[in-house]
Amino acid sequence: MAEPVPQVVAQMPKAKLIGLLALFLGPAVVIYSAFSIYPLLATMQLATFTGESGGGVHFVGLANFHTLLTDALWSKPFWNAFKNNMIFFAIHMAVQNPIGIALAGLLSLPGLKLKSFYRTVFFLPTMLSVVIVGFSWNLILSPLWGVAKGALTVVGLGSWFAPWLGLESTALVTLALMSVWQFVGIPMMLIYAALLNIPDELVDAARVDGLGQIRIFFHIKLPLVLPTIGLVSVLTFVGNFNAFDLIYSVKGALAGPNFASDILGTFFYRTFFGNQLQLGNPTMGSAVATVMFFIILAGVCVYLFVVQRRMRRYTF
Amino acid sequence: MLLEQRARSLAVHAVLVAYSALALGPILLVVMNSFKARNAIFDSPLSPPDSSTFSLIGYAKVFRASHIVVYFENSLIVTMVSMGLVLLFGAMAAWALSEYRFRGSTALGLFLSIGIMVPIRLGSVAILNMMRTLGLNDTLTALILVYIAQGLPMAIFILSEFIQQIPMDLRDAARCDGVPETRIFFEVIAPLLRPAIATVAVFTIVPIWNDLWFPLILTSSDSTHTITLGVQQFLGQYITDWNSVLAALSMAILPVVVIYVIFSRQLIAGLTSGAVK
Repeated sequence: MAEPVPQVVAQMPKAKLIGLLALFLGPAVVIYSAFSIYPLLATMQLATFTGESGGGVHFVGLANFHTLLTDALWSKPFWNAFKNNMIFFAIHMAVQNPIGIALAGLLSLPGLKLKSFYRTVFFLPTMLSVVIVGFSWNLILSPLWGVAKGALTVVGLGSWFAPWLGLESTALVTLALMSVWQFVGIPMMLIYAALLNIPDELVDAARVDGLGQIRIFFHIKLPLVLPTIGLVSVLTFVGNFNAFDLIYSVKGALAGPNFASDILGTFFYRTFFGNQLQLGNPTMGSAVATVMFFIILAGVCVYLFVVQRRMRRYTF
Repeated sequence: MLLEQRARSLAVHAVLVAYSALALGPILLVVMNSFKARNAIFDSPLSPPDSSTFSLIGYAKVFRASHIVVYFENSLIVTMVSMGLVLLFGAMAAWALSEYRFRGSTALGLFLSIGIMVPIRLGSVAILNMMRTLGLNDTLTALILVYIAQGLPMAIFILSEFIQQIPMDLRDAARCDGVPETRIFFEVIAPLLRPAIATVAVFTIVPIWNDLWFPLILTSSDSTHTITLGVQQFLGQYITDWNSVLAALSMAILPVVVIYVIFSRQLIAGLTSGAVK
């Protein structure tokens, strides 16, 4: 897309152009570099140092990473958090995205009434703070209040109820489902927009050929929105491997019971900021942040080079 | 045929109504019970407050026992200042990037878009060190600086796409009249950006208002806590006092819901890049 440089700009004296660029780009570039890119690089650099008892630091190369990945004291909680994070992500992929796709599919049905009402309602939880969502569900699922148990009893499943958030076996899944409840609006909205962009002729042609709405959805619409589903997946990945607020609000920094709900975000927070059990360790914290950075980078690369390349966007 | 169509439409609505109940239920339950006396909260959680169960005791307690007004003020200041500066600096940068093509402008555009995918949280260790060195630890300024850096990449991305759609004639006409470049931006271009501003504002405001991480790390005193952190700490402290907990939750929920309902149309249009009419 070789856009011709506007004449006036091309004829501008060099000094004037530089002055204008400094004026317009300066504030954004300075603040963004100083408070986003620089800290990221400085954190990676700090990960190659270790703290001394006197307060200084000295260079240790990749030793922190070696400790993090192999020393049982560090590697056990790290791999536990990593595994839990993968489960957290898998639940989002398996539950959040299919529900989002299904809701988007229903909302995009031609001639549906109350469309904007449903849209507004479904997206509402996404707008709320994770803290609020966490605490609200905490109360609802609490055996003390008994709302969840009451609701299950009404549909005859009262015996299923258990203090899910308190059990080692179910805490993580419950928290993941709370997060799904909150964020299902994002895949729904993005896929809904993609569905609306499908040209009417395609759908009409299929209808003339006698296909029903369900088959039109699965055979025509769904394949066309695959690129959006790829985008939604990478957004989910980045969000999940960066998650912290929900677990911290509901379970605290120790991500109980017995670290069953610990994910990389809470592990990073404990390592770098400290908690009841340990002092904060900025250099090891930096190492954890660096590993998280590479995990997120790997996810984004998979998306850019594998997913997006395979699925050529349908050009309308 | 007609009957079958009606049955199908009914089934679709049944599913959508059921999901609406799932999405709204928990929020309604919390807000409803926050207006009830303690006994009624436990005895009949599902019934709305009536004249015998209505009580504002939780709200009274929240106002008495926490600095909720200060938290609100802090959140408002941080969110509004960050949003204003993200919009201003973001629009200026987007304009320069799309209007003045220079060597390295593509590279600079890419550099500025790193922040869309890479979360700024990962630099927290260094951010905390920097703020301590700069003497900004435990100030709202620290939060504002971080939030501007966090909001800029997305703002520049959205505004650039928008600026490219503005017809060339407008600024060319202004240039022929000898209007200086700065005035072209502030007087000709900036007013045209209004529709995109709503989208950018929502993308900026929601994450800042709801953020727990940076207030937790960068602020340590009650006078600098934001509403999200303030409520989080209040809830942790009073977890057994159900009236107060429900009231604090409702007070955090209601402003967001009111603003969302007012702006939901622009928000959804922005999210879906205008595909939804």
